[in-house]
Amino acid sequence: MSVLTEALIKSLPEDVRFRAGQFPEKIPLCIVPRAKFVEAGRLLKKAYALLAAEWATDETPFVRGYGIFACYRYGSEYLIVKSDVPLDDPVFPSLTRHFVPAYRFERQIQSLLGLTADKHPDQRPWIKFEDWPSDAWPLRKDFDASKRLPRVKGDYAWARADGEGIYEIPVGPVHAGIIEPGHFRFQAVGEAVINLEERLGYVHKGIEKRFEVLNWRDAHRLAGRVSGDTTVAHSLAYCMALESMTGCAVPERANWLRALFLERERIANHLGDIGAICNDVAFAFMLYQTMRLKEIILRTNQKLFGHRFMMDRIIPGGVAVDIDQGGIREIVDELDIIAKEFERLVIIMDENSSLEDRTRSTGVLQPETARELGVVGIVARASGLNLDCRIQNPFPPYDRIEVNAPVLIAGDCHARAWVRVEEVRESIRIIREIVASLPSGEIIAEAASPWPDTSGFAAVEGWRGEIIYWLQAGPKGEISRCMVRDPSSVSWLGLEQAIPGNIVPDFPLCNKSFNQSYSGHDL
Amino acid sequence: MIRILHQIFRTGIATEPLQPEVSSAIQAIGAELKEAIWRRFNRSLTIRQVDAGSCNGCELEIHAMNNVFYDCERFGIHFTASPRFADVLLVTGPVTHNMEIALRRTYDATPAPKLVVAVGDCGCNGGIFGESYASLGGIDKVIPVDLVIPGCPPAPIDLLRGLLRLMEQMGRKIK
Repeated sequence: MSVLTEALIKSLPEDVRFRAGQFPEKIPLCIVPRAKFVEAGRLLKKAYALLAAEWATDETPFVRGYGIFACYRYGSEYLIVKSDVPLDDPVFPSLTRHFVPAYRFERQIQSLLGLTADKHPDQRPWIKFEDWPSDAWPLRKDFDASKRLPRVKGDYAWARADGEGIYEIPVGPVHAGIIEPGHFRFQAVGEAVINLEERLGYVHKGIEKRFEVLNWRDAHRLAGRVSGDTTVAHSLAYCMALESMTGCAVPERANWLRALFLERERIANHLGDIGAICNDVAFAFMLYQTMRLKEIILRTNQKLFGHRFMMDRIIPGGVAVDIDQGGIREIVDELDIIAKEFERLVIIMDENSSLEDRTRSTGVLQPETARELGVVGIVARASGLNLDCRIQNPFPPYDRIEVNAPVLIAGDCHARAWVRVEEVRESIRIIREIVASLPSGEIIAEAASPWPDTSGFAAVEGWRGEIIYWLQAGPKGEISRCMVRDPSSVSWLGLEQAIPGNIVPDFPLCNKSFNQSYSGHDL
Repeated sequence: MIRILHQIFRTGIATEPLQPEVSSAIQAIGAELKEAIWRRFNRSLTIRQVDAGSCNGCELEIHAMNNVFYDCERFGIHFTASPRFADVLLVTGPVTHNMEIALRRTYDATPAPKLVVAVGDCGCNGGIFGESYASLGGIDKVIPVDLVIPGCPPAPIDLLRGLLRLMEQMGRKIK
């Protein structure tokens, strides 16, 4: 038995029930009474678990009430705890006092599903803007998603600071560069920021609701557009969750090709980020150089796989595109060029003292804060947390590939840039290993539809970090709920905590070093 | 520093001449355009990019227009930080309910001729996100659109072609 289930059963033997129909079976779903929801969280926290995600469902099609779910992670284990919430009393106890990331998850549940988080310290809506009708709860089953929302009058209560010389800088949603929209509000004294408040939700496209009208075979396309820069990892997570529910055995070769796409996506994005971080400290040379390397990768993708970002190349049951010996040769040759050029650039980057001046001790996210916030991926690994699904929860073929994820402890912009440098190196090595040992065989297996009232879970290490999908099949076997947890849903909290104490002009640099997704967060 | 110089010399010029079909299009448009556009926009086209709800895929490709392979600045195309300086709004979509007002305000802040290019399948018609409580659909649901560049996402070369087509359209309009 796993550490987490043992911790629960030992302390709450009367209250814990395990529910069948949750896949894969190594990730259990246990049901506790609503009154014990927080107690279960507290016990799991004592067992060193972190909160990975929290979400809710409207289960009226099953003639049940609502469900509130919390997913905990400890090492290689995940455990989902569910409590039923009756229709006539849509309230659930808040986990925020024990787990900081619940802070936004619960505001979101409250806003989009209309379940009240009891004792939550912040009752303001999230993603739902003040001009939405207050009873518009899109994730409820009786909500008509095809209608436009009327606008009502309302205000958002921003965090304020008063005092002599304190002023406020509002930024966004339309930013100065070619980036996604979001709003940041700084309270500053002179150049120093004393508080940053994020306000996201501008690109809320109703993705989770949209999943519910798609069928299982097409929905991977929507998953691939949750965050366009992470299309491979998102569609992979969706497909893995679905395949776990249907018991689909993905062919070996398809698994290895999926990893190939995933690592290529990681390199391309990291190259772009490294350049952009340098560019934000006026070292434009690096931007042009790394963007050149990135373009080379995208063109190879186009040539070999038919799409620059490999969108829709991962499909339920396998992959949509194969590679031949010529293609493998091409990838190896391309990697030789990239690796050689990249190492030259790394030396230049390392020797640039003004880059180091600006990035070291800027935007520090302390390891203990990072742990409290539950950040994941590159942000976590730059702040001393050794979290990587490829290592802790290895999905095939990572169970047979050695992955060395770099972990740094400084937590500053420099560390976040350097984690990416190391990961580019590591991904190049992994791709070489993949193409050298690519098994032969089919690339796609027949994918069935899931049984009614089952659910599936998958966690994939995208280039930003751990992506979680949780799917639920309805009474007729249709998509009843698709919960998407992009790494940005938690790691945006890290940026908010890393900024105070820095000067305003360093914000773009810090933001770039986190480079979280707005679209993946807003859904 | 010596390493930087080395790398610059080693890299050389990576910028590519346009593919034949594009460059012949430019030549065809060129003569007609030259006077009108060059006078109208003072030899440069200034773009303000607005993400009205995109998944960030289109933004990656718009970024790529600036990389050394495409180098859109050589055609006088450059990106500005403010709509007040923009000739063209390059808008990606779908327009979300939560971005509608910001998009309208950006449009209002843009001086005439307020050219609007809708980028990507979602910018054209809402794409996979369709029309819902949260997504209003294509850009033309909110502001007038002069040109659409479909694709998911459109490749940098498609974006360049689209902008050349826009100039062509404008050339006729202005004359």
